[in-house]
Amino acid sequence: MRESCAISVEQLTYDYPGSEDTPAIQVFEGLDLEVEEGSFVAVLGHNGCGKSTLAKHFNAILLPTGGSVHVYGLDTRDEALLLQIRQKVGMVFQNPDNQIVSNVVEEDVAFAPENLGVPPEKIRRRVDEALQLVGMYQYREHAPHLLSGGQKQRIAIAGIIAMRPKCIVLDEPTAMLDPQGRKEVLATISRLNKENQITVVLITHHMPEACLAGRVVVMSDGGIIADGTPKEVFSQVELLRAAGLTVPETTMLLYELRKEGYNLPLSALSVEECAQTLRAFLAEA
Amino acid sequence: MLKDITLGQYFPGNTPIHRLDPRTKLIWVVLYIVALFSAQWLLTYGLVLGLLIAVVALSKIQFKVILKSMKPLLFIILLTGLLNLFYTQGTPLVSFWIFTITREGIFSAVFMVLRISMLITGTFMLTYTTSPIALTDGLERLLGPLKKIKVPVHELTMMMCIALRFIPTLIEETDKIISAQKARGADFETGSIFSRAKALIPILVPLFISSFRRADELAVAMECRCYHGGEGRTRLKELSYRRVDYIVLIGGLLFVAGIIVLANLGL
Repeated sequence: MRESCAISVEQLTYDYPGSEDTPAIQVFEGLDLEVEEGSFVAVLGHNGCGKSTLAKHFNAILLPTGGSVHVYGLDTRDEALLLQIRQKVGMVFQNPDNQIVSNVVEEDVAFAPENLGVPPEKIRRRVDEALQLVGMYQYREHAPHLLSGGQKQRIAIAGIIAMRPKCIVLDEPTAMLDPQGRKEVLATISRLNKENQITVVLITHHMPEACLAGRVVVMSDGGIIADGTPKEVFSQVELLRAAGLTVPETTMLLYELRKEGYNLPLSALSVEECAQTLRAFLAEA
Repeated sequence: MLKDITLGQYFPGNTPIHRLDPRTKLIWVVLYIVALFSAQWLLTYGLVLGLLIAVVALSKIQFKVILKSMKPLLFIILLTGLLNLFYTQGTPLVSFWIFTITREGIFSAVFMVLRISMLITGTFMLTYTTSPIALTDGLERLLGPLKKIKVPVHELTMMMCIALRFIPTLIEETDKIISAQKARGADFETGSIFSRAKALIPILVPLFISSFRRADELAVAMECRCYHGGEGRTRLKELSYRRVDYIVLIGGLLFVAGIIVLANLGL
């Protein structure tokens, strides 16, 4: 376990408790993962692959059955460290409606610092800062239920930022949003990572979102099957398909052409990169 | 129909009424209700009504909003008025078939309708001019002494705050479920009262299930934001009791005392 590690998972196993007639379900078989401080990691996987269960281990919502999870060197199983851990690793969930506690935006953002016992004048500063960071400052006195999905999700992110966490884990934050809201939320996440050096773990099953990350981890049946930069990971078309994931359209196009015998690289992710690759290839031929 | 519910709604503003400490307003509502129920005759009713009109005018809440809040209760108000009109003994004025309208009946009907409408308007003024957070905060402070006898005051006020927060969300969800069930051919408009009540089951079941799921998710999200009960919690907006609040509070006590004295004189 190195010091530069935001989150370090070692030999993790977790059993969902069973009942009388259903046996306990083991989710992971000794999973190892390290998240570097300041990095942007996307965790990809189809439904039920264990990615949400893994995320819940990052701030001690779930505790490991076997193995260990350390957050900035703090063991999540140590109950005395609970608040410290949750303050360091914030979590944003899928449905923004179910994360908002109050009916005034700024009061909701203040919820976490209030829980941490921050003095009132400092809460005010944190709330204003957090709302400005997500670009929702002008809505501070609005009622959340009158905002759009993307705006609500940005409020939920601001509510986490106000804790001043070092790392944010987002569990499919865009799954319930329209394309516009999705764009807003993703832009906010990227900015927080680049400008505020906050470590980001983005759980998703949406390929183009994963392309924003510096590192992509692909999960299938409770194990990690691929880990690397988006280019490295998305060029492994067969592997991704076997894991029940769809490959980005650009990679798919190049892959199909390659199968037809054209010698094209699979590394182009954006539409522009793909067009350039094709153009260079045509010019050569 | 569901959109008409203005219960617990808050209209942001910056009037003297909005700026009062929520504790002052909470105590005032209690005093106001006492005054309203002590009121006997024209003068006392007039004074309480005058006060209410002054508060509404000061708070700049639109009259339209107040009428709208009364709409769902219109039936009860009218029924009470009619019952009072026909069932009060006294000197008969008009008489037809089995009904007799008495002089006392007219007065008691008017007073009863006034009393209920003023009760509703007065208490709604509290939620209209106080943000739910301030309201629950004020309630928590007022009930604070009960913590000594192990009443979970913080938990109760937190629950109230969350309930108020989820009213619009659940109304929206109910609307969606009704539309979804209608799209599948559910009939909510025809049939006897009994069959219409039965038709509500397909709405209530999904609503309950989703509420439980919401509660579960909200609990996890709150834990993620370091919620650990009321201990060591601070506030973004600390309540501070200003001189105005003391003056208003003392004014309220004097007002109630005055009304009770006047009412006892039969005015």
